[in-house]
Amino acid sequence: MSLDTSTRGFGWRAVQFLTVLVYVFMFAPILVVIVLSFNASQFGGFPMTGFSLHWYAKLLENESVLRAFQTSLWVAIVTSIVCTALGILAAVALVRYEFPGKEWVNTILIAPALVPETVLGVGLLLLMRFAHQPRTMWLLVLGHIMLALPYVVLVVQARLIGVKRVYEEAAMSLGANRLQTFREITLPLIMPAIVASLLLVFTISFDNVTASMFWRPSGVETMPTEILSMLKISISPEINALGTLMIVVTVGLPLLGGGLARYLARSAR
Amino acid sequence: MSASMLSAADRRRPWLLLAPSLITLFVLMIVPIGIMTIFSFYEFVTAGVEKEVFTTANWHEFLTDSFYHMFLWKTIRVAGITAILCALMGYPAAYCIAMTNYKHKWLLLLLLIVPFWISFTIRTFSWIHILGEQGVINVLLLKLGLVNEPIRMLYTEGSVIMGMIHFLLPYMILNVYVAIEGIDRNLISAARTLGCTAWQAFREVVLPLSLPGLMAGLLLCFVLAAGSYVTPQILGSTRDALFGNIIFDTIMDELNWPMGSTLSLVLLIFLGAVAAVYSRYMGLSRVLKGLSG
Repeated sequence: MSLDTSTRGFGWRAVQFLTVLVYVFMFAPILVVIVLSFNASQFGGFPMTGFSLHWYAKLLENESVLRAFQTSLWVAIVTSIVCTALGILAAVALVRYEFPGKEWVNTILIAPALVPETVLGVGLLLLMRFAHQPRTMWLLVLGHIMLALPYVVLVVQARLIGVKRVYEEAAMSLGANRLQTFREITLPLIMPAIVASLLLVFTISFDNVTASMFWRPSGVETMPTEILSMLKISISPEINALGTLMIVVTVGLPLLGGGLARYLARSAR
Repeated sequence: MSASMLSAADRRRPWLLLAPSLITLFVLMIVPIGIMTIFSFYEFVTAGVEKEVFTTANWHEFLTDSFYHMFLWKTIRVAGITAILCALMGYPAAYCIAMTNYKHKWLLLLLLIVPFWISFTIRTFSWIHILGEQGVINVLLLKLGLVNEPIRMLYTEGSVIMGMIHFLLPYMILNVYVAIEGIDRNLISAARTLGCTAWQAFREVVLPLSLPGLMAGLLLCFVLAAGSYVTPQILGSTRDALFGNIIFDTIMDELNWPMGSTLSLVLLIFLGAVAAVYSRYMGLSRVLKGLSG
């Protein structure tokens, strides 16, 4: 039931005004980056001196940026596949089974989202030092899997709770074994959550900077750490172009995925 | 299905499903924190070298050196200010989104999620274009002739806090929104029919019932702000370093692993204590709900 609008007076209008300001606060800086990326000026800031795609062209010639992009892409894809697989299994165990120590298991699975990233970062480095192992790309991947696992568990768990058990029981009483039931019944029903998880993990990994600063092998840059080291030198217009491209990819991809998930949810019903 | 009827295989199955995740987290999170504890009692010799003897020197240094106390206190202060400002800005917005009759409410909610998809690094450095000497505000003020030279806003504690609010505000709004959305609207109507003004109905009904969401938002913002390391690096000067930066410098630059381990544990214990006090009164389940958006 919605409240009667006529009784809303000055207070409500003030709240609406504040809300508009909050949205402006959240998006204005990002819009400024996008606008400045088309600036012809050789400085990264204002004033605008004309429209130009020069900085995008320059970006495509920047080898260290391209290398960082490849690294991040590779890490994010491997992370999202492995992490989603692990998370689905764990979520099935948590939702479909009762077992002693469930509370504890739940806490441990969620912990990486609550422990400060700096601490997790230092921890993995210490493990490598303790085992006398060098930092490799796999360390980065494993670290990202740990960071993103809680989110997969939460997302798949939420969906799985909504999937009625009777569908699975029906399949089993008709002679399907557990694996068949999972593949034919459960998996299609939780598909939207799986697509959402894959995208979420991809974004978390692709965007991670705090822990990656600790974990990256020496000489290797991921996309965000590359941006950080570019920022240390100067605010070049190239960074604005890079930022804009990344916004297009990371906002466009989930929107596409969201549409896809909605489509899958509709056809699964 | 009662527990006694379960076969051994049935009882083993959840653990088989959980094994990959639990082993991963055990090796990558729990064991490292154990190693961290051991390292915090090692003796630092010189950069990158430590002696494996038992000493409390690192803990003693942390407890007695005011350098560390200052940074810990500063981190608490900055994170506290950030969390409170997030609440002040986020609450009205969450209330508005929950209560609005606007047809396209889904769009308002989607716009709250979109920032999570935009690179944190980019969102943070975008503030350089707002607050910097060539930033929007200074260019505007200079053009209008209100100031003669650019105001120094960037690379201060203020700009660090601004960047953190920008990053944490969606967490706060989503937490409060979920709480307000869950309130039975009939309660508000009832309060109004019984003679409450709009403000009284808000104060007596909506505010108390949304308090758990607000508290969850405050905890999340405080913990994430206190653990942050990148924001001060991009938007702050060297004087605006927070505890996370001290840890990074101690380990990555000074290669002082024992002290770095000690400081990491301090941060972990401190934020763990904050979360424990919170969960004692509010329960952690709300925060988890907030995390999953």
